[in-house]
Amino acid sequence: MKRDIILAGVGGQGILTIAASIGLAAINSGLHLKQAEVHGMSQRGGAVQSHLRISSEEVYSDLIPQGKADMIIAVEPMESLRYINMLNNEGWLITNTYPHVNIHDYPELETILEEIKGIKNHVALDAEQKAKEISTARAANIVMLGASLPFLEMEINQIEKALFTLFGRKGEEVVQNNLKALHAGKEIAEQYLVRH
Amino acid sequence: MQKILLLGDEAIAQGAIDAGLSGIYAYPGTPSTEITEYVKRSKEAKEKGITARWTANEKTAMEIALGMSYAGKRSMVCMKHVGLNVAADAFINSAITGVNGGLVVVSADDPSMHSSQNEQDSRFYGKFAQIPILEPTNQQEAYDMARYAFDLSEKLDTPVLMRITTRLAHSRAGIFRKEDKAQNKLAVPSDLMKYVLLPSNARKRYKLLLNHQDHFEQASNESGFNFYIDHPDKKLGIITTGIAYNYLLENFPSGKVPHPVLKIGQYPLPKAMVQKIYEECEELMIMEEGYPFVEEMLKGFLDKGKPIHGRLDGTLPRDGELNPNIVGKAMQLSVNLDDDISEIVKARPPKLCKGCSHNDAFTALNEALSEYSKGRVFSDIGCYTLGALKPLESINSCVDMGASITMAVGAADAGLVPAIAAIGDSTFTHSGITGLLDAVNSNSPVTILILDNSTTAMTGGQDSAALGKIEEICKGIGVQEEHIKVIKPLPKFHDENVKVIKEELEYQGVSVVIPRRECIQTLNRRMRAKHNKKVTQQS
Repeated sequence: MKRDIILAGVGGQGILTIAASIGLAAINSGLHLKQAEVHGMSQRGGAVQSHLRISSEEVYSDLIPQGKADMIIAVEPMESLRYINMLNNEGWLITNTYPHVNIHDYPELETILEEIKGIKNHVALDAEQKAKEISTARAANIVMLGASLPFLEMEINQIEKALFTLFGRKGEEVVQNNLKALHAGKEIAEQYLVRH
Repeated sequence: MQKILLLGDEAIAQGAIDAGLSGIYAYPGTPSTEITEYVKRSKEAKEKGITARWTANEKTAMEIALGMSYAGKRSMVCMKHVGLNVAADAFINSAITGVNGGLVVVSADDPSMHSSQNEQDSRFYGKFAQIPILEPTNQQEAYDMARYAFDLSEKLDTPVLMRITTRLAHSRAGIFRKEDKAQNKLAVPSDLMKYVLLPSNARKRYKLLLNHQDHFEQASNESGFNFYIDHPDKKLGIITTGIAYNYLLENFPSGKVPHPVLKIGQYPLPKAMVQKIYEECEELMIMEEGYPFVEEMLKGFLDKGKPIHGRLDGTLPRDGELNPNIVGKAMQLSVNLDDDISEIVKARPPKLCKGCSHNDAFTALNEALSEYSKGRVFSDIGCYTLGALKPLESINSCVDMGASITMAVGAADAGLVPAIAAIGDSTFTHSGITGLLDAVNSNSPVTILILDNSTTAMTGGQDSAALGKIEEICKGIGVQEEHIKVIKPLPKFHDENVKVIKEELEYQGVSVVIPRRECIQTLNRRMRAKHNKKVTQQS
């Protein structure tokens, strides 16, 4: 089993929480893992990415070779396109469609969504709206984590356990909301796959 | 045993805790910050009574660690690569004093300058000081090396430099821990002249250091972190250092490289192993993250030996960090190097946070300066350096910690009056105080903005040594009290703030304006923690 995953978003959107959830689940499943993060200056509202590598074999490089990623999980639609050359020919793009506009020359959302539609394997959903329906927009990252589950080849209860570990200290309500967000994301992705 | 998931930085910290560490000292700097943060957070470290402290700057951290080593205990000091420039005086001389308790210096380099002003390679500092250097390949080695480094330091009577780079520092992997060691007992050095570097004694100590070089090399030859993997295809031999090894292995199925490989993790270079690969192979390829440190040594000035490939002959790029594709290309494998992305994807550079106090301070400064010619604001290193970018474009320099005040003094001496310095609170106590003393002593017509957000914000909100002390420090140094002004950088006070800055710009001496408002990130974090506490108490 091998999954090379690029996580993409804007500083503050919580891609490191997605990485930590999958990472914890992987290590508890006895898998090898490496996960490169971006800290420091770029975290201030800039484009951020994380390379997450999970495998039953030893993982050497902390970085995924270009053109070899199995999936991109993006919490922001324009950011999903920034790393598209990392994806392999059969790879999946799983992206939020809700834009984070903090630059003056942000492109038309329609153009971005058109370009995403042109990608062979993709799942696109409005994680922001879904997260708001459940609790707050802050959980959009967990909705995206849920949407990646059909492609992850990992036990969902391991991911749930990881969310308990990561959010436990924030109280039961936060944990339950995140679990709801996880399942909502998973369902949307599954429906999307049936429709397309 | 269960693996624990740690960043390279955290693996070093855990390794040090398990090696009987007594104290860790640091000034925050990306990508080194998480080492000290981990020890500060660690329950285990607290139970063991390990001291973990942010210091005023890297030099004071280095000296405090040296003092703890003098007293017989194991100490660690951590910094980013440019921090080693600040600590260099103490660092180089600590090689001459030697150690009592184990002393490990961690310097985290930032090739490709993700969060830095340069990509200097700390291994040159290790060579300069003539001490052993350790360079881990992965997170497990980072853990193992931190433990080993303390033993090595005590065994060879020398500080040990541990050099890491960004990708290892900020990448997580599963780590196996080893058994725990007890801390050293308090004990001053048996030779009480050892640390007295009077010339007569320093000459003796320096000779001792030179004599130790053979022991250092012997340790490298015997080190398990240096090893040779043989292969019959000797057309090419490959030497890797640090994480370059991973990128090489990544390019071959199951990591089986079809050439001899010498993996280096400890310096000085193990001569016997280097000689073996050089003699057995027709050509050499050197892969190292950072400067061509090993490559230059092996090539020599005249480059008359066997062909040596690497960063100097263009087989690998001369600057920037390596990655699997760059290394694959150097090995003449077919790799994807297509960097084209869709033109609709726009750059999204970092920027000041929404609600950041620096925004309001710079907006006021810009207006106060509108009647003067442009290009007179010297700044420093912190979040506020982003004030150089659009839309603010408020500052004109960012060179090294503390340079804002002193560069303003120099520019004012040249006739650029008024000259302005903009420096953060933590940077001010790191290296700005001495510059302010220069300004006061020369009564320079400079206006200094000490942007006080009450934290070391850029690295994630560590304690600021300046907290609650800035006015007293300025007064103590001799800035006149009526020219120390505190303002509140908020849009509703904009006009008032512009007026205060304008008045101080007109003053023909040293004035200090302190825009003071808590960092929006630490404020939010505090509020969230308060909220979470309330929620968990209720449930």
